[in-house]
This record gives sequence, structure tokens and C-alpha cells, in this order.
Amino acid sequence: MFTFVLKRVLEAIPTLLILITVSFFLMHSAPGSPFSSERTLPPEVLANINAKYHLDEPVINQYFYYLGGLLQGDLGPSFRYKDFTINELIAQSFPVSAEIGIWSFIVALLIGVGCGVIAALRQNSWIDYSVMGFANLGIVLPNFVLAPLCILFFSIYNHWLPPGGWNGGAWPYLVMPVIAMSTSYIAQIARITRGSMIETMHSNFIRTAKAKGLPKHRIILQHALRPAMLPVISYLGPAFVGIVTGSVIVDVYFGTGGIGQHFINGALNRDYSMVMGVTILVGTLTILFNAIVDVLYAVIDPKIRY
Amino acid sequence: MKKTLLASAIMATSLFALHAQAADVPAGTQLAAVQEIVRGGGSEPATLDPQKIEGTPGSLRAADLFEGLYNQDGDGNLVPGVAKSYTANADNTVYTFTLREDAKWSNGDPVTAHDFVYGFTRAVDPETASPYAWFIEIPSIVNASKIIAGEADPSTLGVKAIDDYTFQVNLERPVPYFVKMTSHQTMFPAPKATIEKWGSEWTKAEHIVSNGAYKMDEWVVNEKMVFSRNENYWNNDKTVINKVTILPIESPNAELKRFQAGQMDLSYELPNDHFKQLTRDIPDQVVVTPMLGTYYYQFNTTKAPYNDVRVRKALSYAIDRDVITKFVAGTGEIPAYSFTPEVVNGFNPATPDYATWTQKERNEKAKALMEEAGFSKSNPLSFTLLYNTNENHKKLAIAISSMWKKTLGVNVTLENQEWKTYIETKKHQQFDVARAGWIGDYNEASTMLDLLTSSHGNNDGKYSNAEYDKLLNEAKTSHDPSANYNKAEEIAIAQDMAVAPIYQYVTKRLVKPYVGGYFPNPEDKIYTRDMYIIKH
Repeated sequence: MFTFVLKRVLEAIPTLLILITVSFFLMHSAPGSPFSSERTLPPEVLANINAKYHLDEPVINQYFYYLGGLLQGDLGPSFRYKDFTINELIAQSFPVSAEIGIWSFIVALLIGVGCGVIAALRQNSWIDYSVMGFANLGIVLPNFVLAPLCILFFSIYNHWLPPGGWNGGAWPYLVMPVIAMSTSYIAQIARITRGSMIETMHSNFIRTAKAKGLPKHRIILQHALRPAMLPVISYLGPAFVGIVTGSVIVDVYFGTGGIGQHFINGALNRDYSMVMGVTILVGTLTILFNAIVDVLYAVIDPKIRY
Repeated sequence: MKKTLLASAIMATSLFALHAQAADVPAGTQLAAVQEIVRGGGSEPATLDPQKIEGTPGSLRAADLFEGLYNQDGDGNLVPGVAKSYTANADNTVYTFTLREDAKWSNGDPVTAHDFVYGFTRAVDPETASPYAWFIEIPSIVNASKIIAGEADPSTLGVKAIDDYTFQVNLERPVPYFVKMTSHQTMFPAPKATIEKWGSEWTKAEHIVSNGAYKMDEWVVNEKMVFSRNENYWNNDKTVINKVTILPIESPNAELKRFQAGQMDLSYELPNDHFKQLTRDIPDQVVVTPMLGTYYYQFNTTKAPYNDVRVRKALSYAIDRDVITKFVAGTGEIPAYSFTPEVVNGFNPATPDYATWTQKERNEKAKALMEEAGFSKSNPLSFTLLYNTNENHKKLAIAISSMWKKTLGVNVTLENQEWKTYIETKKHQQFDVARAGWIGDYNEASTMLDLLTSSHGNNDGKYSNAEYDKLLNEAKTSHDPSANYNKAEEIAIAQDMAVAPIYQYVTKRLVKPYVGGYFPNPEDKIYTRDMYIIKH
């Protein structure tokens, strides 16, 4: 197991380096620059600004400056939020998205797996159809529709919850973002769980367990659930990364100040260092959680050994 | 309905304007016990450093935190700020300001002439790398251009502190509107000790020192900014509101939801597609006022046939601006026939002939011109209309291209590009006709007209007319440039149709009925210190 983990860590380094290099040059090849604006700057003014941010040098030099900074843990200054560094912006916005994300993940996991199992056990009954009907609705209902609907219902028609803001993560501010964030994941998880559970319930070892006369709850909880969870877990790794790195919709509609909007705005504003910062963050998390999933596999599935 | 609304809004503004300068609560008004306001702030500003701020979101916040020599009232007239008064020499090249001695920074230090010298100097210092350095160059402050170009030392800038409370500015040529420019944040004082101590970190909530009616308590990027009363502000007794929360919300729809749910008292803007409904449901809360800016289409005059004035005129005439403003934009915009908006201070652009014709007459004329230029329904002109990706621009482009198709048989392909790409495309003249807009930086006609001079960095259509350039150049040193401006307007639009003006922008906001003292002006310099919350 130790060599496996070590191998994964070593593999991660070139992967990240390739990711950084490709993103860096792609980003710089986009038309315009962080300082191009409708109001054309006089050439002398633009020259001063470019010099300050090393933008007057060849891209390859900028690339090495960036790598140099990165090795010291410095993600560089933001070109868009000039009073902040990328480290500060990520340190402020990532915990917000992570908090929303972790709650959404827990909610999605509990409800998703619950619904999936119930639907599988009552396959082709009205319970199955209604649960899966809801699940499909959750997939097709995008969060940019769900978010304003939530605000309309919870904040405008009924003054139950604040329509936006974060206030350090006080729970009334958390409810709607979690609903908007978790719905599609609930649906996905329910679908995967259902399919996998049905397959498991038809396998030989379950038949044996049934033949032995074990009570139903023990068959499900002790024997069926564990193997049925394998496809769910391989889905959860990347899903977890997606869910904790937030969503631009949630940030825009609820004004939570999370990291989600930086993905879109960073690119639109040509905030090079922001784009790089969030790319590296997502890249690292993806590699990390894929590795965790692999380890979990070994724990859950007795057939897998590293 | 909209016109009445606009008119009543303008009237309300001018009635109060006489008193604007700190909250002037009308006698008999019952104030609310809690004097706190939540305002929409547009997007998150790029910076709060006054000398580096660009864009309205930044200046909106700076107006509460800082104060310059002069402020503006609801009509855009000058009101003393840190300066009590000023004198100018006979040819308007030396301005001497007398500062009030009770103006203080939020840490209790006095605001002196040295703080202004420092502020002006750091705006042009290449070290600061301010995108607004050119704002000091425009009024031709001595050596500003050379300093920006790195050819002179920043200390040689033509500003000096004669004593602690006398600040003098020397200009290279006469600029009669210089004092108007001092209400802009680039010319605000800067707290030297704080900036030198904290460097680029000085604008953080825990370090910042400000001289306006408010000081900053909290800044959470993309969530909120919280200001509280600056007890050291010289006119603090007249400030009513104790706490200001500014929410950075980029989406007008998201902002509207906050307003409707009662979480916001004064919005930054409002979504166009809700305008009709809002004016029906809450007409007293929708406030529309003219803005110092024009929405227009620019022609690439380096390319045939847009180098042909007949084609440009034909395309411009065929736009039915009444239909556009009433039914397409539809949020109280004013049809534009001249490039300079009517609200510009001290200048009334002469009405060009085509503004007085009926649309039918314009269409007839347009057809004739197009035929003269060699295009007809059997040999139609085809081109691409470029705009930056945005629902409103798209609506306008569709409407206008169908007007062109119907009247002139022109085939238009619409092309939208993401913002930065669109800017680059225009800058390199890779377009035929493109959407453009311009909001003035200071309330004087040259803020618009300069844009069409041949050497201007934003003249993307590369319009060039020697006489026009000469008129504007002369205007810079003239005591009364109105005649030049009128002639320039006539050349650029009536004669050459360098661009096709479409409408004059408006500021449209939602204001709760209990918010008093909201005085919008064309430059949108509004101050929370003028406002108060009525008991509700």
C-alpha cells in the first residue's frame, strides 16, 4: 500500500507540471491582456503597467517567473483584484465553497444513496418510479433555474431565509446554496446506486445469504451495500472535487463570495494568475481524490490489493 | 409614462440639488432609529486605491471613503470638499486652492496640501503604474506627460504645497474646466505615511486610512464591504447614516432579488427585461436619470464602403431611434442624434438637421444616398455587425439590422465576441460596423468629442478630419470652447457621420421609498453622506 501511495504522489508531479504548462500557454494565447480595456491606455501608461507585472517580457520568461514563484508557494498577484494576491483570494474564497460543498456532499450522499437503495429494493414499483422520477428531474433542472426559484420561495414570498450573503457561514445563509448545489448530485448518486444495487442483489453471494435465511436488513447492510457502493465511490472522487470547488451560479445568485465565480471571471478578465491558481487547485484536488478513491477501493473490495 | 417618470426624477433631483452637500433632512421628516443602508455596488472593484481606481464600482466606493478638493451636487455643480475655495490666474493656468483646516484622516491626522501633492504625484509616477495616470495628463499639469513617459522625475510635477493648507496646481495650457476634474478620485489626497508603511497592502480593511465621511470596517471580496461613520470627518455632524454595506453583485437579476427580499435599499442598476414590470408594480421605487454617455455604432472608415460618407449617413438615417429607445432598449433611454449627450454641463449640442426629420424622410434620404453610393436591392451591401456578447446589445443589433434590411436591403451578419476579444478586434480595425459606448470621465464636452480626433486611442473607426482635430485642439486653450464644440459636432455627425449615435445612456436604480437624499447626477457621483433613512 505504501509503495502504491508513493507511486501516485510521484506520478502527480509531472501531471501537474504538464497541466500548468498547457494552461499557462493556452491562457496567454487568448486575445487581449489583463489590461486591455475599452478605454485604450496611452502607450506610456500601458508600458508602465506591463513592466510592473513583467508582461513586457517574452511569454517563456513569464512562464519561468511563474514557476519560480510557484515553487515558493506564491501564486502571484491578481490582475483583476489588484489589492489582493491569488493566495489571499483563494484562502478567502475556497473555504466558503468548501463549506457549502462539504454540506452539499453529505446531503447528496445521504439522500442519493438512500433513494437509490430504496428504488432498487422496490424495483419497478411506484416507489421506484417516483424516486427515480425525482432524480431525473434533479438532473434536468439546472441550478441556474433552481437558485432563483429558491430565492423566490424562501426569501421573497416567505421571508424565511436571507436571499444572499455569507456572514461567515451562518446556517440561514447556507441552506439555499446547499439545495442548489446538491440537487443534481443527489440525482446522479441515486441513479448510480440504484443500478449498482440491482446488479448486486442479483449476484450469487446475495442468493447464498438469502438461502442461509439471513434477515433482509442484514443482507442489505452487511453484504449488498458494500460492493454496491464501488461505482458510487468512483463517481464520488471527481464529484467531490467539483462540489467543493463551488459553482459560479451559486456564487452569483447567492453572493457567497466563493471560489466558483473565479473560474469564469478569471478567464473573462484574463486574470492569468487567477486562472492558473484555480487550475492548479482543481488539478491537485482531482489527483488527490482519485488517489483516495483508489485506496478506498482496496479497503472496500476484497478482490483489489495493491 | 417613462418620460413622465424621467421628468419627475429630474425635477425631484433639481429641487433637492440646491441643498445637496451632506445630508440635509427636510424639516418634519421623521428619521428611522437605525440609520443603516445597504447599497448595490456593481462588480467588485479592481482596487480601492484612489489613484488606481478605474470604473464606476471603484469610484462609487471611493466617494464614501475619500474626498477630494471639490464634490458634485445632484446637478453636477461643484460643491467645496476639502478645499474651501480656489482662485485661478487670468489665463486659467494656475489654480490655487485654500484647504479647510478641520479636514482630517480617519486616524486623526490633518489632511494637508502635502497629501494632495503626494496623491497627484503618485498618480503619474511610473512606479504606481496607474491605469488612470492619463487623467492628470488631460488638464496638462506641468510635466505630467514627461513623468508618465519616464522622461522626468515625479517630483517635478506642477503641483505644490505653498503651506499646509494652500495647494497649487500649474498647468501647461489654460484649462477652464480643471476644477470640475478634482471631484474625480484620481485627484484625491493620499495618506503618505500609511501607503509607505503598508505598500500595496494599504487598502486592506485593517490598514486603510481615509478622509471621507466613512471608514472601512470590513472587506470580504465578492461578498460585501462595510463602512462606518468616520468620526474625524470635518462635516461628520451632518452625516446621518451610520453604517453602509455595499454588496458587489454583478448580475442585475440577482441584485433585483436582494432588493425585492428587502435585503437592499438602493440598487446599482436594474435588469432591463424587468423594467416594464417594475415601473408598473413599484413606480415610486424606480429612479431613472440621464447619464453622461452615448451608445453608438462605429464605422470602420479605413475600409470601403464605410469610408464613403453616403453609406455612413444612409445607415445612420435608417435607424429609427424612437423605436429603439421606446421598444427595444425600453428603459427610459433618450434618442441620440448628436455624439455629445444633452446633459453635458455648459454645452448644448446644436440639433443636426436629420434629427428634425420624420423617420419616413430619413428613410427616403437613406435610400437615395445608398443608391448614389452604388448599392441597390439588386446589388445590396453586405457586412458584419460586431458587438460584445450581451443580451441587450444583441436585441439592438437584431432590431437595427432588420431596419437596415427593410429600408435599404442591406444584408447584415451579426457577430458577437467575448469582451476582451471584441476589444482587440476593434483595436485592429478588423470590423465593418461595431457597437460602441462611451461614458464621459468629466462633465465637459471634450470628454466625448476628443474620442473622434484622429490620434485618440479609442478612435477605433479611425475617423480623421483635420478641421475637426484643429477645432478641438483650439478648444483646449479657449475660454469659451462652446463654439468650437458645436462646430465639431456638426462636422463629425451632420457632415461626416463618423459614427451613428443611437441613444444617450441613463442611470436606472431601485430606491426604497424610505431612502432620502439620493441625488443622482450625470457623472453618477453619489455620496451616502447625503442620504438618510426615513422612519418606515
